[in-house]
Amino acid sequence: MDYLNKGKKTFLTIIALIITLFYLVPFYILITTSLKSDNDFSSKWIFPKSFSLENFANAWQQANLGNAFLNSIMITFFAAVFLIFFGSLAAYPLARRQTKLNKFIYMLFIGVMVIPPLTALVPLYKLVVNIGLMNTHTVAILNNVAAFLPLTIFLYAGFIRSTIPKELEEAAKIDGASTIGTFFRIVFPLLKPITASVLIISCVFIWNDYQFAIFFLQQDNVKTLTVALSGFFGQNANNQNLVAAAAIMAVAPMVILFLILQKHFIQGLASGSVKG
Amino acid sequence: MIGVDSRKEPFVQTEVKASKRKLRKESSLWWMYLPALAVVCLFTLYPFLNGLKISFTNWDGFSQTYDYVGFQQYARLLKDPDTWGVVGNTLLYGIGSTLLQNIFGLLLALLLNQSIRVKAITRTIVYLPVIISPLVMGYIWYFFFAYQGGALNDLLMFLGFQKIDALGNPSLNKWIIVFVNTYQFVGIAMIIYLAGLQSITKDYYEAAQIDGATAFQQFRTITLPLLMPSITINMVLNIIGGLKLFDVVVALTNGGPGNASQSMSTFMYNLYFQQQDAGYAATQGILMAIIILILGMAALIFFKRKEVEA
Repeated sequence: MDYLNKGKKTFLTIIALIITLFYLVPFYILITTSLKSDNDFSSKWIFPKSFSLENFANAWQQANLGNAFLNSIMITFFAAVFLIFFGSLAAYPLARRQTKLNKFIYMLFIGVMVIPPLTALVPLYKLVVNIGLMNTHTVAILNNVAAFLPLTIFLYAGFIRSTIPKELEEAAKIDGASTIGTFFRIVFPLLKPITASVLIISCVFIWNDYQFAIFFLQQDNVKTLTVALSGFFGQNANNQNLVAAAAIMAVAPMVILFLILQKHFIQGLASGSVKG
Repeated sequence: MIGVDSRKEPFVQTEVKASKRKLRKESSLWWMYLPALAVVCLFTLYPFLNGLKISFTNWDGFSQTYDYVGFQQYARLLKDPDTWGVVGNTLLYGIGSTLLQNIFGLLLALLLNQSIRVKAITRTIVYLPVIISPLVMGYIWYFFFAYQGGALNDLLMFLGFQKIDALGNPSLNKWIIVFVNTYQFVGIAMIIYLAGLQSITKDYYEAAQIDGATAFQQFRTITLPLLMPSITINMVLNIIGGLKLFDVVVALTNGGPGNASQSMSTFMYNLYFQQQDAGYAATQGILMAIIILILGMAALIFFKRKEVEA
């Protein structure tokens, strides 16, 4: 019996290892590609005999990645801050005050979640041009905030309802604290776990956003990483080594963060997906 | 409803009444959600409703004037052979990757729910693509499937086969897009199923084992019914995500050859920016919203009903 169990375990371990290796194949190919010079036509499966980091330096310069990094960081940071601030502030009355108006507004926020963002694209583009926000960080920030606010409000409202005891707020109320004071001094600090999830979800999605960015950030100085990368790929379709180096640099920060904060990432993203 | 439950604290009755009155006066606290509401209305709701309007015009996307053409764009949409090809692809991307993500997500979760030594590392690596931009993930797989110097062709030639143009082949490249989307997001389904599996109490299995149930019987009568809530979440989530597919298509095939692998999202993008056909693009957008709404709701209702039965 014990022997059989051990055999089964070994078998399952081998399967898990095969899956892991399979998952690593594209990343392995990406790395070997990025290390080869453009006159090296050897198979992508083998490492170059002498490898240089020249592709990385060239790609960084030609794709203007430094600038793209700054843009991505700015947009992601401010969008996440606004999401957390507006989202938690909005969720509080929607979770606590069940008036007819609030019930309607809550349903409205939830209903908006089913609108595919691209459906609104054509008129949104017109609106952005009309109010003069084309090629600005502002439009990217506001678009992303609008896109993820419903989910953020949903998560905050659920958390407030299920885990923050009402008695705390009532005690503060009786002590004469204002609503806004109660919210920021008593409720907001207790929302830390869900704030962490919101932060991770919004950072991953906004950092990786391409659909919005490609429409509204077309000038070089405002391009985010994904837009810069797609432009670079278009120009260098024949020089895969260079593009591979650029791709590695573009994903490295998120991958490193993920490996360090793995538990939080998996928990945060899972709680975000439970919106169905 | 609001305020202190007065039945529990009869002695503070008067105070409660006073505070209740105070609460009622400011009861909606609407100013707290005003900023959020403004952003969502301006950047999502208003454009969406405006899109409905534009779908009844012949606007080219940049002129100041346009004409209302009634249902002409809708009639054109129904007659356009491209529409149905694109809708077909979108359904394949949506439904195909949903089924694959759920089957493989569940299998992975069952595997990682065993006490094997490598499970932590397998979980990390399978989840890793989830946090990478779908556009970059598309490029990464492009290096694998590319005709010129792709890793797949390097391997095929090494084994003595002919090179294949996988991404240029209109009947094959759609399945590659489904595959890449599945590869990237199967980690989410896996995590949700894993959480579902870990919440099932061991007692059920012990009781079933005493009754002599086989592993498969246990899976069918215990695991599957108790996993129904996780299945619902995954199905609805994946189908909506799959129907919206954009980045991966852009990265791998750009919708080509011709319109062969176009999704509704990429098709709309081309209509608007390349063909200056904004009115028609808006009409396609409305069709996309309808399809996502119907399939999303259908999946939700179908699996919710199964949850009740189980």
